Amino acid sequence: MNLRKIKTRHVETHVLEGGSGPDLLYLHGAGGVTLEDPFLNALAAKYHVYAPLLPGYGASDECPQIRDMLDVTLHTFDVAELLGLKKPILAGHSMGGMMAAEMAAIAPSEVEKLCLICPAGLWLDEYPIPDIFALLPYELPEYLFHDAEAGGKMMTAGMDFSNLEFLKAFLVQNARQLGMAGKLLFPIPERGLRERLYRVKARTLLIWGDSDKLIVPRYAQEFKKLIANCELVSIPEAGHLVPLEKTAQTMAALARLG
Amino acid sequence: MKFTWFNLMPWPYLADDFRQKNRSVWVDIDSTLYDPVRGHDVYNDYLDLLEYADQVGFDGVGINEHHQNAYGMMPSPNIMAAALTRRTKNAAIVVLGNSIALYNPPVRVAEEFAMLDVMCGGRLVAGFPVGTSMDTNYCYGQIPALTREKYLEAHDLIMRAWKEDKPFAFNGRYTKLRHVNIWPKPIQNPPPIHIPGGGSVETYDFCLDNTYSYSYLSFTGYIRAKALMQGYWDRLTERNEPDESPYRAGFAQTIIVGETDQEAETMFREHVDYFYNRCLHIHPGFADAPGYRTIKTIQSGALSQYAPNMGDLSHLSWKQLLDDGYVVAGSPDTVREKLEFLAKSLHVGNLFCLMHVGNMPVDKCKHSTKLFAEKVMPKMRNLFPKYENDTRFWCQPLARRATPAPVDAALKTRIPVAGE
Repeated sequence: MNLRKIKTRHVETHVLEGGSGPDLLYLHGAGGVTLEDPFLNALAAKYHVYAPLLPGYGASDECPQIRDMLDVTLHTFDVAELLGLKKPILAGHSMGGMMAAEMAAIAPSEVEKLCLICPAGLWLDEYPIPDIFALLPYELPEYLFHDAEAGGKMMTAGMDFSNLEFLKAFLVQNARQLGMAGKLLFPIPERGLRERLYRVKARTLLIWGDSDKLIVPRYAQEFKKLIANCELVSIPEAGHLVPLEKTAQTMAALARLG
Repeated sequence: MKFTWFNLMPWPYLADDFRQKNRSVWVDIDSTLYDPVRGHDVYNDYLDLLEYADQVGFDGVGINEHHQNAYGMMPSPNIMAAALTRRTKNAAIVVLGNSIALYNPPVRVAEEFAMLDVMCGGRLVAGFPVGTSMDTNYCYGQIPALTREKYLEAHDLIMRAWKEDKPFAFNGRYTKLRHVNIWPKPIQNPPPIHIPGGGSVETYDFCLDNTYSYSYLSFTGYIRAKALMQGYWDRLTERNEPDESPYRAGFAQTIIVGETDQEAETMFREHVDYFYNRCLHIHPGFADAPGYRTIKTIQSGALSQYAPNMGDLSHLSWKQLLDDGYVVAGSPDTVREKLEFLAKSLHVGNLFCLMHVGNMPVDKCKHSTKLFAEKVMPKMRNLFPKYENDTRFWCQPLARRATPAPVDAALKTRIPVAGE
């Protein structure tokens, strides 16, 4: 995987790029994505993968002009155009899935293959999604993983919160990333997608971890109901971070899109 | 010096094991702990105390805005301010303040502050906080990274609504109004404005740009406040501002006065414990929504006073609370000595005196308040003689103010209401 910088009208954006095969545009979740990400590297074995980092993520500049869902959707189209992509497979995880679904609804003729991995974007009063912005770091693993203990170790490897410099850098990164994510997810991760999903024409694959405790599998049924051409693959013993916890199964599911 | 008697209005009936059984006093506190019938007396007591502070000669009576919070029961400070306009006579009514990004549309603040200023004859001192993250983001749902932009837009709208004489159109990003034309307008136009801040560089500049007073409303006392207030004064020097009047700044301090140091401890310790142990029990996940503070501010190292390592003060002894400056308590002489040090070291002319603390009952609070007014305040009045004519940051009431009519003695026999 390599790092590439492009400049949209508003902001310098970093894109992780690598692999060969069909073009695939991957949109990361609220936690971001890095060059070392195992799922991204697995994707690169089969696809030419492009993973743009949203403003505030990694080394991408922050962008005060990007304020809402439409801004983010158009920004991502701008990025795809600058990368020279023509109808890539569009995949997104969690918040990235919400963005991918939005793009497919806004420009249905531009998106032919869509992969939504436990996407955000809908809200059911009976199944309130936990407030990730009020969770403490040590509380996250139980919501994100089927195996919270192993997941927790994966998340905190190399972190030393007793080191003040590390703590400050962590707080800055958190503010940059989740500050951006909050524009789409705070205080409730819903921005009207339900009213627009009828427009999606893409062949859509929905991937969900059976043990997802952040956006529970009931939401998979809701997305399936609202998107016309939609297939659901449920993956056992996987939580919200299904691409990390069950990388091979997620890849196998994705292959169904062709 | 200007002395404002301040009441946060805490709920005084949190149980001994509140900290053990609840994760937060704020945002998601168990609302069944509130009892509106007891609340009726609590509000009445607290308004009595604010009125008492006016009677004993405080320069101002102060109130503020919090939401879903058991130590700050004023979701609408303007309602309390309205109640105070009638039975206080001389004190400034210091509303510190309205979180202007939360009012929709924000002209509501321009209207209500105008009403208050007219009702009290020009005694309003207005505050425009961004609001804590608990209030603004977690209770009132504002998107953290957009809060400041919305705040600044609301500020522009309110100031224009006060100042412009003709109806105007306001095409903001967050508020669009075709006909802005508020009625009534304030007597003081604009009223003096104080901005509560928590150390963000942007807020220092905002105060200096607009000649507003910067207030640090901390619970951690004057010793820990030194770095933050110095940051403000350094910024002022950097910008080469024309003066360093201490009235450009204010500070909130918990203050307790007894006849002797010993009396202050024996009489008030349990109420201080109540505040620092039960009232400041805040879930750290609500302290600072990502995006609420700017990157510049985080990098400058100003950690939130609610951050996890600061929040738990329950272990502090009385001596530590005093030695570390969380609380200024003691005989009138002790208190005066500490407060003079506070005022000089922080260089603040506006002192927000947190004289009601935790579950302090009315009689004790009056005792401390009276001692302060009689034996501390007069000796500190002229601490900054060079700036005694600086009127920019305090209200300018009408010389002749209307007086509420006395209760008509002839109407002593109350007309019974239906059902009695």
